[in-house]
Amino acid sequence: MPNVTLAEATRLAVLQEMRRDPRIWVLGEDVARGGLFGQYRGFLEEFGERRIVSTPISESTIMGAGLGAALVGTRPIIEMRIFDFVMCAMDELVNQIAKIRYMFGGQARPAVVVRMPHGIWRNSAAQHSQMLEGWFAHLPGVIVCCPSTPADAAATMVAAIRSDDPVLVFDPKNLWGATGDIADDIAPLEFGRARHARHGDALTMVSWSACMPLAEEAADALAAQGISVDLLDLRTLAPWDADAVLASARRTGRLLVAHEAVTTAGFGAEIVAHVAERVAVRATRVGFPSVPIPFSPPLEAALRVDAAKIVSAARGLLAT
Amino acid sequence: MATNSARLLALLGMMQRIRAFEETAMAGHAAGEVPGPLHPSIGQEAVAAGVCANLRIDDRLTSNHRGHGHALAKGADAARMMLELYGRAGGSCGGKGGSMHIADFSVGMLGANGVVSGGIPIAVGAAQGLQMLGSDAIVCCMFGDGAINRGPFLEGLNWAALYRLPVLFVCEDNGVAAFTATASVTAGAGVAARAESLGVPATSVDGNDAAAVDAATAALVGAVRAGSGPRLLHARTYRLTGHTSTDAAGWRAADEVAAARDNDPITRLEAVLRAEGVAQATLDALRADALREMAALRATAHVAPWPDAATAFADVIGENA
Ligand SMILES: Cc1ncc(C[n+]2csc(CCOP(=O)(O)OP(=O)(O)O)c2C)c(N)n1
Ligand SMILES: [Mg+2]
Repeated sequence: MPNVTLAEATRLAVLQEMRRDPRIWVLGEDVARGGLFGQYRGFLEEFGERRIVSTPISESTIMGAGLGAALVGTRPIIEMRIFDFVMCAMDELVNQIAKIRYMFGGQARPAVVVRMPHGIWRNSAAQHSQMLEGWFAHLPGVIVCCPSTPADAAATMVAAIRSDDPVLVFDPKNLWGATGDIADDIAPLEFGRARHARHGDALTMVSWSACMPLAEEAADALAAQGISVDLLDLRTLAPWDADAVLASARRTGRLLVAHEAVTTAGFGAEIVAHVAERVAVRATRVGFPSVPIPFSPPLEAALRVDAAKIVSAARGLLAT
Repeated sequence: MATNSARLLALLGMMQRIRAFEETAMAGHAAGEVPGPLHPSIGQEAVAAGVCANLRIDDRLTSNHRGHGHALAKGADAARMMLELYGRAGGSCGGKGGSMHIADFSVGMLGANGVVSGGIPIAVGAAQGLQMLGSDAIVCCMFGDGAINRGPFLEGLNWAALYRLPVLFVCEDNGVAAFTATASVTAGAGVAARAESLGVPATSVDGNDAAAVDAATAALVGAVRAGSGPRLLHARTYRLTGHTSTDAAGWRAADEVAAARDNDPITRLEAVLRAEGVAQATLDALRADALREMAALRATAHVAPWPDAATAFADVIGENA
């Protein structure tokens, strides 16, 4: 399928899987009208209200009911509407879903997909813009996906749905409209395998999700200045492709991690620490300052990562 | 023997096993053999036994932190449960859960829960899944009176009523939430009124009267299985011990505890059976058998092998090595 948006790519991926397996169903607010972003458009008509369940605004129960339904053999896709609302379902996700297999000695595998569209988008301010994917990478028992292209977003959904483990999919809200080609028969993504987006030897750059196009823009600007960047799109944070990052950092000796999330204790800190424990490397991170996300466009823009900030951090790193 | 007496005798047998299991585990805890806290349900056995006697093995059950009795009554293997309390390899969860996380999926026991009201969303989802799969199994969801002040109670009952899910909610009302009288922190007319306000018909029962719990549950399970949507059973009972194995509960009024002892569900059921002509020796044998069974399980568990350290890494994510 040529030139589809990222939102449409995920719609087609879920559609493909729901046609394949009648145990798959979707629950969340407003999913019957197609979801907030059209990612379930037409599903009610095709699958009916038993499999496309528009729920009350009851995030704890949306999450917990998904788990319960998985425990009896169905395969739910739990739609959180906007990432930030998962805070109302943290017990069900962190204490229940992420623990149940281990705590019960392997008696159950909670095969749930949790979709959480995240990130800065259309000046949505502090409670509708956060990127806390690092919290969940810190949590044993879940897979954390942060795709950035239509093809990867589609492949991520297929892999997430087929996985017997709980998979958290952070849909990048700001990239819903990004376009690209996807396969007619969408194959599952391999978790923990980075995408090599640019090949270079001056510096290793790592990014994911909505920050990835900014990293590409920065890499291209640096290339125009004669600086070749080795750019990796991690795609999944748990597991993450440490081997690919280590191999690249070993070659370049310079590592830059760019993410939209707050820098302090963000996932970039884990990547830099992991690499520094193994490779002699100079490293830096680009992210949001430790400030709630402001509403007013100039305030938001002043704090948000952009390509220019990545370029300047890269030049600083190369100067050291 | 009348059919009724046989059924009540079976209930008594289960109640004696629950009590003996917990008394034995408490002794093991006091002796330093059982790590971690226990939440005993001594005094509340009629609820577990009376409710679960009406469930099929393929019906599912979610439980709370005070769940030994629920698990045993649902048919979980007592030997594996005792091993789990001891943290041993053969335990229900391989030693990874302990008292507060006993699950036995082979008998539909989907797990105790360390988070108050944590089982409620799971139960409604299990019921939704069963409904989707076309099963006529139902889900029984046990929680305490403290759970009704958490959001998942409101969410879960609304949800179950909305989708007419096959759930029997059971509020085991022992009047306390940890160390606080629940009435002192609960506004309004209580759990049954709250359930009714959400469209979930509720029945209140003397939870120390095993026959009454059994009969009330039978009617509610019949309605739930027939597709009439969720029901709630409100069972009033009393926790004869402290909150945990280390709480001597000296903070309670002596006359309250004395009255509760006179209202012990086991002695009450024994009196009923004696009145129906069951010999005292038969009743005594049930207690003696249960104590013997559990003492043997304790002795076995105490010397059972610990889990292999390598299993600490199993069952986190992906396929096990
Ligand atoms: C969400 C949550 N808050 C607090 C606790 C600590 N806690 C454990 S049991 C308990 C009391 C629960 O009372 P109730 O639901 O009536 O059950 P009971 O102990 O009386 O059987 C509390 C407060 C907890 N486990 N979970
Ligand atoms: Mg209580």
